[in-house]
Amino acid sequence: MAEDRKEIDALTGTATTGHEWDGLRELNTPLPRWWLWLFYITIVWSVGYWIVYPAWPLLTNSTQGVFGYHTRTALLEDLDALKQQRGPMMDKLAGASLAEIASDPQLLDFARAQGRVAFADNCAPCHGAGGGGAKGYPNLNDDEWLWGGKLSDIEQTIRFGARAGDSKGRAGAMPAFGRDNLLKPNEISAVADFVRSLSGLATEPGANLTLGKKVYADNCAVCHGPDGKGNREMGSPNLTDKIWMYGSDKLTIVQGIENGRGAVMPNWGGRLSEPTIKALTVYVHTLGGGEK
Amino acid sequence: MTAQATMSLEQPASGAPALAQLVTEAEVGGAPPEGDIPLYAARRNIYPQSVHGTFRNIKWAVLAVTLGIYYLLPFVRWDRGPNAPSQAVLIDFPNRRFYFFFIEIWPQEIYYLTGLLILAALVLFLMNAVAGRIWCGYLCPQTVWTDLFFAIERFVEGDRREHMQRDARKWTAGTYARKGLKHFLWLMVAWWTGGAWVLYFSDAPTLVKDLATGQAPFIAYVWIGILTVTTYSLAGHMREQVCLYMCPWPRIQAALTDEYALNVTYRYDRGEPRCSVKKGEQLRAQGQPVGDCIDCLQCVHVCPTGVDIRGGANLGCIQCGLCIDACDAIMSKLGRPTGLIAYDTDLNIKQRIEGKTPFYKLVRMRTALYAGIIAVVGGIMIYTLATRDSEGISIIHDRNPMYVRLSDGALRNGYTIRIVNKRLKYRDFIVSVDGLPSTLIDFVGLPPRADGRQLITVGPDQTKEVRVVVTDYSATPPPPSTSILFKLIDIDSGETAEMRDHFFGPG
Repeated sequence: MAEDRKEIDALTGTATTGHEWDGLRELNTPLPRWWLWLFYITIVWSVGYWIVYPAWPLLTNSTQGVFGYHTRTALLEDLDALKQQRGPMMDKLAGASLAEIASDPQLLDFARAQGRVAFADNCAPCHGAGGGGAKGYPNLNDDEWLWGGKLSDIEQTIRFGARAGDSKGRAGAMPAFGRDNLLKPNEISAVADFVRSLSGLATEPGANLTLGKKVYADNCAVCHGPDGKGNREMGSPNLTDKIWMYGSDKLTIVQGIENGRGAVMPNWGGRLSEPTIKALTVYVHTLGGGEK
Repeated sequence: MTAQATMSLEQPASGAPALAQLVTEAEVGGAPPEGDIPLYAARRNIYPQSVHGTFRNIKWAVLAVTLGIYYLLPFVRWDRGPNAPSQAVLIDFPNRRFYFFFIEIWPQEIYYLTGLLILAALVLFLMNAVAGRIWCGYLCPQTVWTDLFFAIERFVEGDRREHMQRDARKWTAGTYARKGLKHFLWLMVAWWTGGAWVLYFSDAPTLVKDLATGQAPFIAYVWIGILTVTTYSLAGHMREQVCLYMCPWPRIQAALTDEYALNVTYRYDRGEPRCSVKKGEQLRAQGQPVGDCIDCLQCVHVCPTGVDIRGGANLGCIQCGLCIDACDAIMSKLGRPTGLIAYDTDLNIKQRIEGKTPFYKLVRMRTALYAGIIAVVGGIMIYTLATRDSEGISIIHDRNPMYVRLSDGALRNGYTIRIVNKRLKYRDFIVSVDGLPSTLIDFVGLPPRADGRQLITVGPDQTKEVRVVVTDYSATPPPPSTSILFKLIDIDSGETAEMRDHFFGPG
């Protein structure tokens, strides 16, 4: 930049700023003064923020601001507002029977929406985000139910759990036939093959199905039924269908007979609110496998 | 301000643009200024004089029509039946709908707004290519409201001369009373402007009643307050400062214009050399050339932005044409032809100086292109609006589990479908699935009709979400993914909507 020479540009009659770059000079078009004032006002305005909102960090805390604004309390207020908004439908849900909920489309929609959220919060860790289940955790979308798939059955299972120490809960477990020396290894192998044959799965060459059938009749039929259809009173699964909670390969079946099975479903009564249990019941029932 | 500098190149130095005059007058003259030059300039008060003529009448008419539309449109009724609001133009935020007479827009149709914005921009460009800043001079809300506020100012404080003289004298109680009345009237207009604004967002007659009785929602009062403040400050106080310093359009406009676009132009070929009537007679007697401009400054005095149009094209000029009216009035009195200032081009001035015929070229590459794009975009919008469906279906496949094996070995997939009914009445739909050999579809929670089909009833102007499970019973296992087609059918009208999705299996 050359030496500052402020002069009047002959062509426009406008003063220059005096700055010159390789012979190019800049016209000085002054900024309006109100613009400058606006700038000062924004500075003053920023001071207002310090006073109104939490701003300056202190040693252990920060300045709190006269509005008492806090993101946490703002969230809680929003949640309260939501609760208020949902209040009437929640009351309706709390007062309705399961059958009434199922027959009222509006209430059903509401219950399913509530149930979806409650399911994600409480059930998804074991049963999967969409109730798809996992090994040892039943798929809630299919049409097989260990403890029954009617609305009332599902509600009871949710409320009191299974094998969770609740006196009203679902009880009954698969004994450990091998570990407790109730069956010999060859008997276990034979009955495992027999069980596979019940649902049309291939058996190992040389499998002793006659022994298996005898072992089944003596030890298993009392719970799983003489024809292997299971018993929902005891939560013993149907062995003749295509659904296997732990797996249908022989090793898995042998492991189950050897060590027993007894998956636990927590009892949610008392932990979840009554309307939430109803909503969950309806939600699980409508995943696809609900029974009338 | 570069554009201003370059555009003034053709002009004699005497016609210094108005903006440059913001610098102290004393500095103009060639002498280097003493000490530091100012970086900030105080605002120059502008007292536009009242004027009569063609363009003033056009501006009054535009003002009456545009403000009339703005203030009254919310009260126009449009009967849509019992299931929709009966306000012709309504932005219904709580229910996510926009109503414009017979058109109803859903949030997902916001692309119509995009199309509208594209059209607005192109119409602005086309106006600019045809005749400069038509928008700025006649249609811009800033211009229209400022014009109204000027009218109020002149009504209360008198015309230019009277107003300036009273301001210059020592202020009396009467001066303060006039100023007070002016600001009160301004605030009333501003307040009513804010009031009209909120009426577009709620049922107007109900809201007016609620506002009057203090029953309206708090946010309505807040918005009235905001619009009152902006209208009062922008139209009452900021005025030409908005055009000079705040609005981007003058800058864009200067870059978009070309030499053929009509602009409010001082025909210096006819006007210069300017001199008073008396001096002109003397010069004429001596056989010297004399221009028609008598330097009466009427064009400057009527200008709402304080521009001297004789300085040539100028960023500050909003091209409202009031200087044309002012000049024509003077020229008529002098018995000289009108049109010393007129919609014209610099090109034509040069044509006349060279003795050639002036011309106006309307059809140019840019006007044709703008008009063409406007026609195409407008055509697309009208076509899509006219042929859009009043029903729709969208589908989400279950993410987990992707498929379910049933106890008999069949495969089942779960979907959440949402059905859209844009009609203002209840409609019954059925949904079918094509693409699988042997399927059963079940809509969770919907009781079947006598023929076994499940009807989905969707309320007027609503959507409904339904859970659907599709079971495939085919003997051979389906491939990992099968494309299937969901078909939505209105059982009364037979209208359909389709959506493709997939049926998954283990493969």
